[in-house]
Amino acid sequence: MDHSVEPMVVARGVDKYFGTLKALDRVSLDVAQGEVVCIIGPSGSGKSTFLRCINQLEVIEAGAIHVAGELVGYRRVGDALHELSDVEIARQRLSSGMVFQRFNLFTHMTALQNVMEGPVTVQRRPRAEVRDEALALLERVGLAAKRDAYPLEMSGGQQQRVAIARALAMKPRLMLFDEPTSALDPELVGEVLTVMRDLAASGMTMIVVTHELGFAREVANRVVFMDHGGVVEVGPPKEILSSPQHPRTRDFIAAVLN
Amino acid sequence: MSAILDPTVSAIAREATSESGLRIVRRRNIGRWVAAALLLAALAWLVRAFALGDIEWRVVGEFFTARAIMTGLVNTIIMTACAMALGITLGVVFAVMYMSPNPVLRLTALFYIWFFRGTPLILQLLIWFNLALVFPTMGIPGLFEVRTVDVITPFMATLLGLGMNQGAYTAEVVRSGILSVDVGQTEAAKSIGMTRLTTLRRIVLPQAMRVIIPPVGNEFISMVKLTSIASVIQYSEILRNAQTIYYANARVIELLIVAAAWYLAVVTLLQIGQYFLEKHFSKGRGDRTQKRQPAGRTPAPAEGAASRTEA
Repeated sequence: MDHSVEPMVVARGVDKYFGTLKALDRVSLDVAQGEVVCIIGPSGSGKSTFLRCINQLEVIEAGAIHVAGELVGYRRVGDALHELSDVEIARQRLSSGMVFQRFNLFTHMTALQNVMEGPVTVQRRPRAEVRDEALALLERVGLAAKRDAYPLEMSGGQQQRVAIARALAMKPRLMLFDEPTSALDPELVGEVLTVMRDLAASGMTMIVVTHELGFAREVANRVVFMDHGGVVEVGPPKEILSSPQHPRTRDFIAAVLN
Repeated sequence: MSAILDPTVSAIAREATSESGLRIVRRRNIGRWVAAALLLAALAWLVRAFALGDIEWRVVGEFFTARAIMTGLVNTIIMTACAMALGITLGVVFAVMYMSPNPVLRLTALFYIWFFRGTPLILQLLIWFNLALVFPTMGIPGLFEVRTVDVITPFMATLLGLGMNQGAYTAEVVRSGILSVDVGQTEAAKSIGMTRLTTLRRIVLPQAMRVIIPPVGNEFISMVKLTSIASVIQYSEILRNAQTIYYANARVIELLIVAAAWYLAVVTLLQIGQYFLEKHFSKGRGDRTQKRQPAGRTPAPAEGAASRTEA
């Protein structure tokens, strides 16, 4: 079997509880290499939680997730799954990059230092080489001029673009976006979406939790609608956004468009 | 409709237009002047009392740089630095242990903080000083052994007493500093593959320093003065040496003035150091004393709200 056609992400029967609240209910989803998947749904539907489970910011209670061919969080020994150590989990997280709703740039570092931090501290690569790559990445997101600015000196849109560059600096095979434009002023959304569109065009595998239906329609290969912790409907953007089959999808899309 | 009302139709608009060029008279703040005058009077009275009192200022000058006082000053500074170094190190270690998911580490830290905050400092000094009563010798039996009284000198007992006690308080300060850092910073660090300890060292602690430094600076200054307690176990710091001198020459107030002046001098230097440290660790946060607006904030609330309702 050709290894390259193996999916980037395979999730099967994933459950997640917050106390007694069931946040994820038997979620299964496959994401192919190079595919862009947008997850939409009302708040509290579990879409962000699912994204956070993929890179182990949340620990799942049941089911299994494979990322880039590796079982996430456990090592299989015979019939048992053994929990991985802190160091092994940190290593597994290297295959995915994450972009957060609130940017979460390191506030005590400049834009350039934010982008260089991972490769230098975690991957222990030579500083000079990393610096050149980081400058190229800042250039790519259109912020070469802001390299010495601290996060609080930048607009939300600029911060989010630096955050994308910081994630890309680790050379991830998969990018996770958790409502990347929801905390932005309306006039700043476009600049972030442009960077994401370019990234998708470059062939990056992306899972994007978003409320930007226009972006989903234009860029996504598939759209996933989630509600009450479960996947309700999956399909090409045209089908899901224009002629949804499930009434809950229809209600949600009608509510967002108005 | 034009952006502003025509002054001919609105009386308020007419008034506002005529007011816009007028001269501004500052508030008088009479209270401040009265308070300053009262304080100056009180200060003058104090200076006069000290000048006319039974104080030989010549003696103050004579003993200001006396050898015993200088030795005491050096010992005070060394002890302050060592005890704080030990205290801050223990404080960071126990704060991290206290917040660890490992219950053994958490309980150990809890016990340490409970014990060293829960007993008087002077009692802890006496316990360390008399440690030989519990452990006559120290070391690994058979390999090497030393007599405890040889190891626990007044210096060691003071260092352990002050340092361990300080560690318990600093642990709580460090913990509050760590809690002040947004959880998003930790998540971002994890997402680029950092382990728990790397995240702490590179991301959380540097940001926590902003919150930690003011109270630790405060405790540093307390420590300068706390070293004087060590006189009960014969550690020769400034106050103890000043006392030794006035027991001999009966110049009590003069020598207390000498000691006070030196304590103030050391504390002043520390306060200046704290200012620069705070400045260093507020990197990327702007300067709180200047009113600087972070660049690129929402242009104007009205504008943002308008476009949102349109969307």
